[in-house]
Amino acid sequence: MTERMTGAQALVRALEHVGVDTVFGIPGGAILPAYDPLYDSTKVRHVLVRHEQGAGHAAEGYAQATGRVGVCMATSGPGATNLVTPLADAYMDSVPIVAITGQVASASIGTDAFQEADISGITMPITKHNFLVTDPLDIPRTIMEAFHIASTGRPGPVLVDISKDALQADTTFSWPPVMQLPGYRPVTRPHSKQIREAAKLIAESRRPVLYVGGGVHKAGASDDLLRLAELTGIPVVTTLMARGTFPDSHRQHLGMPGMHGSVAAVGALQKADLLIGLGVRFDDRVTGQLSTFAPHAKVVHADIDPAEISKNRHADVPIVGDCKDVLGDLITALENSGRQGDYTAWWALLDGIKETYPLGYDEFEDGSLAPQYVMERLSALVGPDAYYVAGVGQHQMWAAQFVQYENPGTFINSGGLGTMGFAVPAAMGAKMGRPESTVWAIDGDGCFQMTNQELATCALEGVPIKVAVINNGNLGMVRQWQTLFYDQRYSNTDLQTTRRIPDFVKLAEAYGCVGLRCERPEDVDATIRKAMEITDVPVVVDFVVHQDAMVWPMVAAGTSNDDIKIARDMAPTWESDDE
Amino acid sequence: MSRHTLSVLVENKPGVLARVSALFSRRGFNIDSLAVGQTEHDDISRMTIVVSVEELPLEQVTKQLNKLVNVLKIVELDPSQSVQRELMLIKVKADADSRSHVLELVQLFRARCVDVAADAVTIEVTGTPDKLEAFVKVLEPFGIKELVQSGMVAIGRGARSITDRSLRALDRTA
Repeated sequence: MTERMTGAQALVRALEHVGVDTVFGIPGGAILPAYDPLYDSTKVRHVLVRHEQGAGHAAEGYAQATGRVGVCMATSGPGATNLVTPLADAYMDSVPIVAITGQVASASIGTDAFQEADISGITMPITKHNFLVTDPLDIPRTIMEAFHIASTGRPGPVLVDISKDALQADTTFSWPPVMQLPGYRPVTRPHSKQIREAAKLIAESRRPVLYVGGGVHKAGASDDLLRLAELTGIPVVTTLMARGTFPDSHRQHLGMPGMHGSVAAVGALQKADLLIGLGVRFDDRVTGQLSTFAPHAKVVHADIDPAEISKNRHADVPIVGDCKDVLGDLITALENSGRQGDYTAWWALLDGIKETYPLGYDEFEDGSLAPQYVMERLSALVGPDAYYVAGVGQHQMWAAQFVQYENPGTFINSGGLGTMGFAVPAAMGAKMGRPESTVWAIDGDGCFQMTNQELATCALEGVPIKVAVINNGNLGMVRQWQTLFYDQRYSNTDLQTTRRIPDFVKLAEAYGCVGLRCERPEDVDATIRKAMEITDVPVVVDFVVHQDAMVWPMVAAGTSNDDIKIARDMAPTWESDDE
Repeated sequence: MSRHTLSVLVENKPGVLARVSALFSRRGFNIDSLAVGQTEHDDISRMTIVVSVEELPLEQVTKQLNKLVNVLKIVELDPSQSVQRELMLIKVKADADSRSHVLELVQLFRARCVDVAADAVTIEVTGTPDKLEAFVKVLEPFGIKELVQSGMVAIGRGARSITDRSLRALDRTA
């Protein structure tokens, strides 16, 4: 049935039809026509944020917590350019979001009109796809295409820029529209020959490792991963984007690989004879110096994006497909072959490394707080059913290392782009997507000062997130590099937040949240419990920690994984391993 | 590095050229030559892109190109299995004394004279890059006043068409 309505009404109606229940945004001149019918929508809740960057990260948090497409909305010009960072972030981490921006009237495009920015041009390299719509008739189909592109294949951000006159004009609306995407055909089914090849390599290998990335959870395949791991007995490492995809408590789990990975995980990759990469992209933060990464290993690489395969590391067996299908087919192939690898010697070696080099940290003699201890206690008291949302830096690495993840998707962070300020708005989005779950933002004092304005949104919209600010008074990760690589010359990393400028407790209270502070190890449990008891308003806990705590282990940027250090100038001694 | 000729079928929509060329530059590839134009189908444009690149990075850029939503199909054309042509317009000094020499060369290269003035002629020539290079070389002594060159266009030899299957994809969604 065809109805008459404005382009703006068609937009809101299309959003309702594709199942949108939450939109994060801020109105402004060019998008204003859309906000009028949005005001009447009973299906779409619009959350008025305080900065468009917050809207974008909230959409990402919502998307990652729910698996559905997150939506943000902004006006033309500065509204749209403020979405650039979250779009780039979502592009790097393959997060399905749709950004809707108003554009100046089509007659004014290209004239440097007030609040005009070529946002489709600007976001071309950081979106999976984008659209500029100037004909109201195209709005419903474009929205449907945008959601389809964002959520299928390798997920990613899509921007829909709509000119103001298209929103205002009268048009006709009918649903569903017919998508016109002749060039978009993601491959999801893996090739059976490649699966057989992979199964053969797995059966023949003596030192295999399942190298698991964000693509496995995105495919909803963590159960299949568990089955494959237990069927074969192969050790598992989970990247930063895959924390929780395989239970940390599982005896086959070696932890996180990479620059701040566990010695066991890094060592396993370096000594492996076969890497089974699932939904990974051989990122430089995992491989270290590429030429010396996993030097003895053959590589099976499965990913839904063909362009990731053999991009950084040559794949001996390339598999293009959805990880759910890949894992299912691999399990069948291995079961049918009836062959079982013998990994006894491999496990003896890995168990030795695991036991000798567990994750650890130093306490401070002056009784000040170690940030890693805060993570351990958070993990113990809050438990594995909560969502943990981190920003970027030391606190993020500690959150990845010292929180025990048991459930897929429960660790949300900015991985590829490394966006400071991600945590608070993303936690807000995650909490709105999963209102029944506890959501803890784990943030640094540097990150927190970039986006904490969204606490106002949380307080007013009834989104009771909890924020653990790991406050070491510094841009901690940068300071760590200055300690290690710049002769302890601390150029512009001292934020002095331990001097209480700003006072995070007062800041929290000013935003209508509860503010708590904890400075001593003996107060940590009581403070976390108190924060847990408050469920009606957001809580901010200022954990004042020692500024000299460092993230270990560490593989210095650009060096080989073989040169991993477990503390300053301390390298693990690899046991002899009859190669 | 070796030269590769890619035929890229794209949807005939605004901004597609920008998407393709920007992808090459941000992935660190230099385009040697680029030509875009209509095809026998209104909804499809065809780009012929020549890049100098090793085999492995070429595979990477092709995969990245394939990810562009507006790209329908990419085919690498082997020079021995395809016809490849560039067009050049050259304005050469030619007065009463030298004109006949110039026109002789035009004949030899199967070029055409498209404009004549008292002291210059404008020549149109098509061919492979090698031929055009040779032609420019022999004209240089006369004095080249101006030169303009198109990107390369190329088409596979034989009866098969690379557009057939892409057309079917378009029809399905129409």
